Amino acid sequence: MSKRLEVEIAGLKLQNPIMLAAGILGMTGASLLEAIDNGAGAVVTKSVGPKPQEGYHNPAVVHVNCGLLNAMGLPNPGVHDFAEEIREIKQARAHVPIIVSVYSFSAEEFAETARVAAKAGADAIELNVSCPHVKKTGSEIGQSPSLVAEVVKKVKAVAHKPVIVKLTPNVADIVEIAKAGVDAGADAITAINTLRAMAIDVETAQPILANKIGGLSGPAIKPVAVRCVYELYESVNVPIIGCGGVTTWQDAVEFMLAGASAVQIGTAIASEGLGVFKSVANGIDSFLKRKGSGSVKDIVGLSHRH
Amino acid sequence: MSAYLTATKLRTVRIIGVKDETPTIKSITFQDRLSASASPGQFVMVWIPGVDEIPMSLSTINPKEDIAAITVGKIGEATDKLHKMKVGDIVGIRGPFGNGYTVTRTRNVMIVGGGTGLASLAPLTEKIAAQPRHKVTLLLGAKTCNELLFLERMKTVFSKATGRMVVTTEDGSYGEKGLVTEPLERLLAAEKFDVVYACGPEQMVSRVFFLTEHYGVPFQASLERLMRCAIGLCGTCVIGRFRVCRDGPVFSEDQLREVKSEFGHFRRGFDGRRTSL
Repeated sequence: MSKRLEVEIAGLKLQNPIMLAAGILGMTGASLLEAIDNGAGAVVTKSVGPKPQEGYHNPAVVHVNCGLLNAMGLPNPGVHDFAEEIREIKQARAHVPIIVSVYSFSAEEFAETARVAAKAGADAIELNVSCPHVKKTGSEIGQSPSLVAEVVKKVKAVAHKPVIVKLTPNVADIVEIAKAGVDAGADAITAINTLRAMAIDVETAQPILANKIGGLSGPAIKPVAVRCVYELYESVNVPIIGCGGVTTWQDAVEFMLAGASAVQIGTAIASEGLGVFKSVANGIDSFLKRKGSGSVKDIVGLSHRH
Repeated sequence: MSAYLTATKLRTVRIIGVKDETPTIKSITFQDRLSASASPGQFVMVWIPGVDEIPMSLSTINPKEDIAAITVGKIGEATDKLHKMKVGDIVGIRGPFGNGYTVTRTRNVMIVGGGTGLASLAPLTEKIAAQPRHKVTLLLGAKTCNELLFLERMKTVFSKATGRMVVTTEDGSYGEKGLVTEPLERLLAAEKFDVVYACGPEQMVSRVFFLTEHYGVPFQASLERLMRCAIGLCGTCVIGRFRVCRDGPVFSEDQLREVKSEFGHFRRGFDGRRTSL
């Protein structure tokens, strides 16, 4: 991989700025290794909580025009079981950062879950304060600046690893939430999680998702995500990781021009396959070469000049 | 990739036929162009509105009439509800998904099925039997006589094609008494097969794999895991580095060797934790 693509985010060294997004594969060490072996510059795990959780009934995922709707309900084996999967990856591929996504129902639980994940070898913690469809966690925390600040503070105090806050777009002012997180000590921001959304079958009048309401991802939300990254870049002084509908290298470059230091990919794996990591990274590299740029860092935030 | 995305969209279909196959297994027929143009071994996600959505192999694939069917054993809430459905009722379909069986130009073919595993193997058997210069040996196993799936349908296949069918029941109520792996071992020792296909309970399939490895015969097995998204994203159905919904459900002997610490030993629950088989 080209030197041009190397980036550093909150002390994490990435060989390329294309990461696996939280919630995609990521439930086992072997499937995270598969994303790494397909070229991901870093991987974010499935969100893990203090206890095992099966999630919602099916249907949990359904395609809609230009996007994907999901309400999985945060299925995960619990951080104690998951620690084994973290150790497996660190042993096999120590050079690629593994970021453990963590969710919980209180700041204390967040801290304890993050502490266990960090101890097992997580290189960083991404706080899921943005899942839009599970009660008393996710965006119910991430919509409150004071709750976000409390979670970040408690996690920072015990994890001793970089802490990334993943933000929800389902707020009036995303900058306000980001500032609260950064003031509390967050080392980076991921923007954005899914948008609250639903689909109803016209023949049966039934909401399709078992949970009725879920989160929308994919190309449909990319312009929303780019706008969020753009606004955040003007207001916070920590690295921003763009997430939402990245499918091609042009999408990734657009996020970077808006202010993202790296991007995460999830939904595009369905349409493009796991080869999407390499194809996006190679596309960015060719673009940089064509523009005469020596590093991907040179294009971060470039659109703000105008 | 747009054809793939079209197939992944949910559409509702009306049931046009319900057939009792055994006291505990029913086939449900519906009209759906995409399902009717699938390959043997591919599966669909079947939405029972208000109840659940489950993966089901296509047991009939009829592109001439745009008709497809699933064959459902009664094993839980969703399948109980499917068993109560009638002609005219609505279900949702996503798919077809997965790779399906690979049919090559090999001549001497063995197909091994147990229980509802015949659901995906029946259209495969019909497809291969219809090809010239192929000889098919079908080994069909069940616990007891009235649980034998597609017995008459397979008899019809072999009345027209080159090949044979060997039936086993554990209680000896039909065919040979014992497990399907017993005639399998006998035949593998006596004859050179070009490929063996298997689908059924994982303990049986892993025993078949052990024997094909021993006799050095290429192997393809269809695996079953819990599923949610069916499009390779959620990771619920993973075995080793493979996603059963996307990289499978049919795996080759090389792939199965790679996951031998999992295959036949454990599967994961919806929470990702391991359960012994």
